[in-house]
Amino acid sequence: MQKKHIDDFTIVANERHTREFVILTLKHPGKMPEMFPGQFVEARVDGSNATYLRRPLSIHDVNYASNTLKLLIQEVGPGTRTLSALQEGDQLNLVYPLGNHYTLPESDKVLLIGGGCGVAPLLFLGRYLKEHGITPRFLIGGRTAADLVELNSYETIGEVLVTTEDGTRGTKGYVIHHPVMKTFEPDFEYIYTCGPEPMMKVLAKYAAERDIKCQVSMENTMACGIGACLCCVTPTQDGHKCVCTDGPVFDSKYLKW
Amino acid sequence: MVDLSVNLGNLTLRNPVMTASGTFGYGEEYEDFIDLSELGGIIVKGTTATAREGNPYPRMAETSMGMLNAVGLQNKGVDVFCNEIWPRISNRDTRILVNVSGSTVEEYVETAEKIAALEEVPGIELNISCPNVKEGGMAFGTSCPSAIAVTRAVREVFPRHLMVKLSPNVTDIVEIAKGVEEAGADSVSLINTLLGMAIDAKTQKPVLSTVTGGLSGPCVKPVALRMVWQVASAVQIPVVGLGGISSATDAIEFLLAGASAIQVGTANFREPDVTVKIVEGIIDYMEERGISKVSDLIGALKV
Repeated sequence: MQKKHIDDFTIVANERHTREFVILTLKHPGKMPEMFPGQFVEARVDGSNATYLRRPLSIHDVNYASNTLKLLIQEVGPGTRTLSALQEGDQLNLVYPLGNHYTLPESDKVLLIGGGCGVAPLLFLGRYLKEHGITPRFLIGGRTAADLVELNSYETIGEVLVTTEDGTRGTKGYVIHHPVMKTFEPDFEYIYTCGPEPMMKVLAKYAAERDIKCQVSMENTMACGIGACLCCVTPTQDGHKCVCTDGPVFDSKYLKW
Repeated sequence: MVDLSVNLGNLTLRNPVMTASGTFGYGEEYEDFIDLSELGGIIVKGTTATAREGNPYPRMAETSMGMLNAVGLQNKGVDVFCNEIWPRISNRDTRILVNVSGSTVEEYVETAEKIAALEEVPGIELNISCPNVKEGGMAFGTSCPSAIAVTRAVREVFPRHLMVKLSPNVTDIVEIAKGVEEAGADSVSLINTLLGMAIDAKTQKPVLSTVTGGLSGPCVKPVALRMVWQVASAVQIPVVGLGGISSATDAIEFLLAGASAIQVGTANFREPDVTVKIVEGIIDYMEERGISKVSDLIGALKV
């Protein structure tokens, strides 16, 4: 079992990408331990009386040379609003790295599919796959073009396909409506996904019908993040499992959708 | 060097800081953050006669300075506890108490008997106050005759420390505390969670799958403190205080109100190492005031 840590990181950058999305770059106080794509942190929200619990956030990117990691934050409530207001020099206390992670595929024909804030772990995953000799393709969905965050970073790793619900960029519709998904015999053998549950449910069904492997990362609400409170459970073939410790990444066939 | 030890009747703790059931798993979950031997004791997850899947997701709703939960006693059952979990954790150098729950008196008794057979377990915490199971649970703790009946039945089969965890969802907690004292409890712990609910105005639906759940965290502290003070003033057996404790100051307030020990619950979710910080903070408080024995703080409230 990988050791979990609790540390104060220092914010070194706060980049606002859209009205809702902010990327924080955080510097570790010493030498940052190894992390894997799909793992998450629990960030403590200081100075917010409307909240009490930490916020689980996917590790968006990692740079061991500079001992920094990035978190993609979507402002949805008082907790994430407080976090996204952090400025350079501020401290952020993290419990990390938590959960399991995406595992390497047996095939090099992989498609990484993210929707909304669910793209968060896919940049780190894309880099990780590339380091292991696999060039992934990305399929990224948003409500509108302005929701698509830092597509240029993904483009340095592999081809990027896009859908928007309003058609302002890429194919109009949801990710499942993209031409790459419609081919009767798709040219990919592995799906990695993270995003809204309805999207992942559609992808799980798509993968099951075509005998494609599919790893999904769940985003259930959490309290502890370390398997103690049993709040974040999801139904599986073996009953309730904690998303925080048995996941967040699951084989789509293991979950009861 | 201050003396932190406290006595709960037949149970001695190295310090008054314990962890609350359902917030600390089996202790192992926290071992990357703290050394369990620095705690007075830990109370492990609620255990029932047979395995329980618990309630459907969503089971948790955050509130201002707290949270609602409706986990519903998910656990693998007492046999798995005795055969798989206990052998894994029994060598930890702290007092490990098992929280025992059930839907019928027979279930409580069956579970308590099996825990009694594990001779190294120093005690159980009888959970007659879980608000999240359909039958039993809190029902036992909200009526005085049933609280007495289940305590008496378990007392007959469990020879070591019997702590009874009380529900705050009652008209008069003092009456229930006196009842379980008479039925043979060695101590009472209070409070379990307060029944509450959360609504999502956007969807016009309840947040929890069970509609209602148990409120915990700093928001419940004043209620817990009041009940600990009332109960401690009325019973002879030791009182273990819990409800929103997240700092050494909170813990000291409960001791002053009459608690002989305290439990830290929801705060573990925010600060996985909060318990050891509370122990350190109690030492600082005592040293600053020249208090040599922590037991001198118990019930020392100047009214």
